[in-house]
Amino acid sequence: MSRLKTLVRNQNGVPPLRGGHSLCQGCGVPLVVRTVLGTIKSPVVVVNATGCLEVATTRYPTTAWNVPWLHVAFENAAAVASGVESAQRALRRRHALPADEEVAVVVFAGDGGTYDIGLQALSGALERGHRFLFVCYDNEAYMNTGVQRSGATPFGASTTTSPAGLESWGKAQQRKDMTAIAVAHHIPYVAQAAATHWHDLSVKVERAVAAPGPAFLNVLTDCPVGWGHEPRLFAKVIDTAVDCLFWPLYEVVDGHYRLTSVPPETVPVKDWLALQTRFAHLLRPENAGVVDGIQMRVEEDWEALVDRCDELVAA
Amino acid sequence: MSDLQLLTGGEAVAHAMRQIDPDVVPVYPITPQTPIIQTFAKFVADGKARTEIVNVESEHSAMSASIGAALAGARTMTATSSQGLALMAEVVYIAASMRAPIVMALGNRALSGPINIHCDHSDSMLIRDSGVIQLFAENAQEAYDLTLIAPRLAEHPDVLLPVLVCQDGFTITHSAEPVALLADEAVPAFVRDYFIPHPALDVSRPTTQGPFAMPDYYFEFRRQQAAAIEAATEAFEEVAAEFAFLTGRPYGVIEEYRLDDAARAIVALGSTAGTVKDVVDELRDAGEAVGLLKITSFRPFPAAAVTRALAGVKTVTVLDRADSPGGAPPLRAEVANALYGSGCELDGAVYGLGGRDLHPADIRAVFAGATSSHIGLRGEPCPV
Repeated sequence: MSRLKTLVRNQNGVPPLRGGHSLCQGCGVPLVVRTVLGTIKSPVVVVNATGCLEVATTRYPTTAWNVPWLHVAFENAAAVASGVESAQRALRRRHALPADEEVAVVVFAGDGGTYDIGLQALSGALERGHRFLFVCYDNEAYMNTGVQRSGATPFGASTTTSPAGLESWGKAQQRKDMTAIAVAHHIPYVAQAAATHWHDLSVKVERAVAAPGPAFLNVLTDCPVGWGHEPRLFAKVIDTAVDCLFWPLYEVVDGHYRLTSVPPETVPVKDWLALQTRFAHLLRPENAGVVDGIQMRVEEDWEALVDRCDELVAA
Repeated sequence: MSDLQLLTGGEAVAHAMRQIDPDVVPVYPITPQTPIIQTFAKFVADGKARTEIVNVESEHSAMSASIGAALAGARTMTATSSQGLALMAEVVYIAASMRAPIVMALGNRALSGPINIHCDHSDSMLIRDSGVIQLFAENAQEAYDLTLIAPRLAEHPDVLLPVLVCQDGFTITHSAEPVALLADEAVPAFVRDYFIPHPALDVSRPTTQGPFAMPDYYFEFRRQQAAAIEAATEAFEEVAAEFAFLTGRPYGVIEEYRLDDAARAIVALGSTAGTVKDVVDELRDAGEAVGLLKITSFRPFPAAAVTRALAGVKTVTVLDRADSPGGAPPLRAEVANALYGSGCELDGAVYGLGGRDLHPADIRAVFAGATSSHIGLRGEPCPV
């Protein structure tokens, strides 16, 4: 189990992702990357889908990466990782690489590159059983291109392509349950985590890379620009998403569900919505019914998840 | 050292793949390429090659996985046709820009729509400007030979680019011909070990590959990439010379067939060149000064060699098996560029779209001076 000191120590010397990149203040994505890569003890190859992380860390001729890093396109990160993993298997079999030195293949993709345009390649790679870790940093919209709605955008959020207006209360559809879609592939490890729950995330990364096949981590993180909050509030906003049960922390190991963290005190979803300008329109009195609907949906989803769980809290 | 076997073009290429024994082969089925991957998969299943086959869920992923594998440090091959190439087109461009030396067999097939499974070259022409090398085979033997030459060309240190070995769908992929195979043990020595300068799996020397390049560098990247494919003409001659030493079968970026003192010549790609050769022989026997210029390397286009080969020919007719609606057909545009200012009379025709046959009589008509812009096209519109 990684402690904060261990995570920091792992990054001393040559951190996998350096500072000096151009990700925004208050963006949780570098925290996710550092927690994931700081936890993995073996060498890694990172495959990055097109998105904020790729653009902000590799503006040629600079790079923030100190580990092998590949970016090909937006929708195909899982397919590229399939190729890297197959290459490793082929070369080890031919003794062109040492048999006892495994290199972990880790994908980082945003929600667009996972839920939407990247879903087919991800599904194929999960079905084929490649041994790799796919980390979705889910900030719930196409932030890199300027906050357009995605399949991960929650109901009611105002984005530039689902704007709130006189006849609209933002995105009119429910978000898709990507974690459940990953589970449906019968892979050995799937988990949902949050950027600020670094300890929970780190434990999940350890389990994910030890899994004998594909692993999928869906990590909620913020976007101060797209969510509309001050950068200094990033931890509070993400924590509140967990505490209001909008984003439960759980894992599914060989099909067995387990909640890894249950908020000691549950807060109303409205508390989370109120922290972000993307939901500001919902807080007007005439939209109270919409907020009630969101609350009800979150509770139903939570109950359904609890029903699926063998264990309610961390063992 | 050669043994002659009755093989289709698809099977011949699968044999070349078995002998090359690539590390990784991502595949997705599409007609008429499928016999290649099926035959090869059976070779692997029988332990005749040690390749990791990755049965991907689309051609887009086939090329994406190929890029990942090739850049990781593994020799990588794949195959496709038509819509498959269209789907992977986005990543074909990126494979070239990331300098991934992937070898791909292409069974040329018409692009939709209407959907069709037979040969033309519209799929190749779709990725004309992607920066990948495209070699066209005339028959199954050439498809086999060029597939063996391809890894050496792709991995040549001056080149480092994907190579497509194109063979006409059905006409070559599915037609059995006697093919001379190299002895299995001769192939590894010829193709050598896979080597790229910066494999991603070399974790001791981490590299950032596929970064974001803005206006301050993008142009330089593109120019470097163009210089690499320009270098492929010379690299091809170098590798082909070695191949000829091994097999006695010489290859060039072009093939000049009875062009000496020819007054009329046809320029063509692929299996059509074989039909034209027969007609040239027949007309030469009748005393007519006709010849053929076959283009083996369509990309890079060997313009200087084409200019030299056609110097002194009075009339050149370019046969294109692809159209460019609203513009000049692609092969004709290349030849026109090469012949600009030479004084040579140039015309051309589009033929054979969607698998329509080109008959010897059509070629005789061209040599006789027929000026049809679309050979074999019926005049009436399609019934509604």
